[in-house]
Amino acid sequence: MNIHRRTFLKSTLAAAAAGAFSSAAHADDPIGVASIHDLSGGLDIYGKPMVDALTLAVEEANGSGGLLGRQIKLIEYDTQSNMQLYTQFAQQAALKDKVAVVHGGITSASREVIRPVLDRFKTLYFYNTQYEGGVCDRNNFDTGVTPAQTVEKLVPYAMKKWGKKVYVVAADYNYGQITSQWVKKYVLENGGEVPSIDFFPLDVTNFGPTISKIQAAKPDFVWSALVGGAHISFYRQWAAAGMRSSIPMASTTFAVGNEHIVLSPEECNGMLICYNYFQDLKNPVNEAFVGKFHTRFGADYPNITELAMGTYQGFRLWAEAVKKAGSIDRMKVIEALESGISIDAPSGKVTIDPPTHHCILDVHIAEVSDKKLKVLEDFAQQKPADTAAVCNLIKNPNDNQQYVIKI
Amino acid sequence: MDLVAILAIQVVYAIASLALISVGLAIIFGMMRVINLAHGEFLMLGGYAAIVATSHGINIWLSMLVVAPIVVGLIGVIVERMIIRFLYGRMIDTMLATWGLSLFLVGLTTAIFGNTTVGISAPLGSLQIGAYRTSAYTLFVIAVAVVVLGAIFAAMRGTRFGLIARGTMQNANMAAALGVNPPWVYAVTFGIGAALSGLAGAVLAPVSGVFPTIGVAYVAKSFITVIGGGAAILSGTVSASVLFGTINQIATFATTPVFGEVALLAAAIVLIRLLPQGITGRFFRRGM
Repeated sequence: MNIHRRTFLKSTLAAAAAGAFSSAAHADDPIGVASIHDLSGGLDIYGKPMVDALTLAVEEANGSGGLLGRQIKLIEYDTQSNMQLYTQFAQQAALKDKVAVVHGGITSASREVIRPVLDRFKTLYFYNTQYEGGVCDRNNFDTGVTPAQTVEKLVPYAMKKWGKKVYVVAADYNYGQITSQWVKKYVLENGGEVPSIDFFPLDVTNFGPTISKIQAAKPDFVWSALVGGAHISFYRQWAAAGMRSSIPMASTTFAVGNEHIVLSPEECNGMLICYNYFQDLKNPVNEAFVGKFHTRFGADYPNITELAMGTYQGFRLWAEAVKKAGSIDRMKVIEALESGISIDAPSGKVTIDPPTHHCILDVHIAEVSDKKLKVLEDFAQQKPADTAAVCNLIKNPNDNQQYVIKI
Repeated sequence: MDLVAILAIQVVYAIASLALISVGLAIIFGMMRVINLAHGEFLMLGGYAAIVATSHGINIWLSMLVVAPIVVGLIGVIVERMIIRFLYGRMIDTMLATWGLSLFLVGLTTAIFGNTTVGISAPLGSLQIGAYRTSAYTLFVIAVAVVVLGAIFAAMRGTRFGLIARGTMQNANMAAALGVNPPWVYAVTFGIGAALSGLAGAVLAPVSGVFPTIGVAYVAKSFITVIGGGAAILSGTVSASVLFGTINQIATFATTPVFGEVALLAAAIVLIRLLPQGITGRFFRRGM
């Protein structure tokens, strides 16, 4: 390329002028909200519904006049199931786009990648996925359910139904490692035993030896904390070996990626799960929400997942706090959230728990039944007791770590 | 006792699936010295071919055993005609070209099928051995591997095409002087290698599911098997599969899948250090 002195000067001047204009932020500029999710690669089964829910939440807010009289601009980043891109996009969102809040992260590994970045660049961060609990960071809000809200309910329910010996299979990274310890803790507390916990890297597809091992251990039921597309073959091979009829299964991850639709009913009927949200919840707020969601994304949308609802509720909580604070300033919004902001969400009432920055919300136990999730039992307004036992951000606002359970 | 039986089945299954996923690569590499980095994607395409055919109402056995190899074999011939034939004897260039092809195929299938796992349920139900149960489909995979290896042996040993193919690979100029058309032999051989990969991908699809990047999970293992086996196509593939499959499966059963993979890789490193020409570089040298 030839660069002439004159054209170079012209373009430099133009760029400088543009910079000068854009740096003077106008009050009617849109508010930037970043979405950092995997929309391709092995984790897109989780990411797509999350971004759809976030898109709907932003459109709803803009349709009713925006926030503080300003429109909201959703800036979407696709991390392609690649951890390096999380760092890069978190930096871009914080430094280039200067967004008011980042909603994003799916796996716990990705959360731990972007959380320090957003801490450093002082950008508010919402992690909206059900996870293993224990994150204690004033800049971060976690709107998903944690083991004390779900595992604590599902373990005794399943043990009463099936028996006391529980074999655990889990994904081999921080989520599976920590969650399986919670499962073990609650099983022991309920008088049961855990003969073995087996971990699998995310790309393992051959579960034959493990299935033989499980049969040799003769558990009363199997607990799965497996994650991602490759691990779906565990359920297939389990059913193909004829095990589904003899040893039942409970899970903290199943159906979050719509596995119950990908698999045939013969491969997963009867499995027990426990989450905050199910599409078939009977309440007026949810029925209106599902109607709106189907109008926006088509009536044939497979299923509105737990993670999609977490993301929708996360955005709504943030928007509520912005209204209360009258500002998008990070500290003002955090203080507003710490006043115990509450919304009437499709999953029921959702309240921020100020000391932990987690949520108090309803949870439900459900059973997989012919590609649907049938709700069996409800537990109203569960507190994030696991994180609350170790984390108090009101007393120690400078605490910044993830507490890990020790048995 | 029944646990030993079930474990033995698992080990034989691991050997059979290693041999199945490697044999197409072994033919293409062993006979034509082409390092086909798109091998994993040929397996992946076989899986998709079987699943698409099944969902369009074709009998599952027909789509796995007939449709998938034909589709992928044709793709293989097209690839050979359009890309590979210009690059014979240029190993690095073929690696680059087939790597590009692999990225292209992953992108193309993602665009067509989306990036979600699809699958079909394994037919045949389950099998009771003492107090244990295993999938009867496992035995079917073992049978397919045996038949495929037997057919390759018979074809190379007993048919005129096998003789011509072996002759062409040994000395293309001499074969041409004797009236053989080497480009035609290359294209057909490449197609057969691709078709076998397609068959393997289809047969394993009900076990592992299919998604556009599943080739990555296969390609490393098949390369290790082929390199570990050495120059002879059949005896190399079989002996390396037996060694690595046994080590992998027993280590997996005794510990976890992570250590199973580690044990396999460690065994491969030791093997290549001791036998740089692969197993058939020293043993079974007269095998095929």
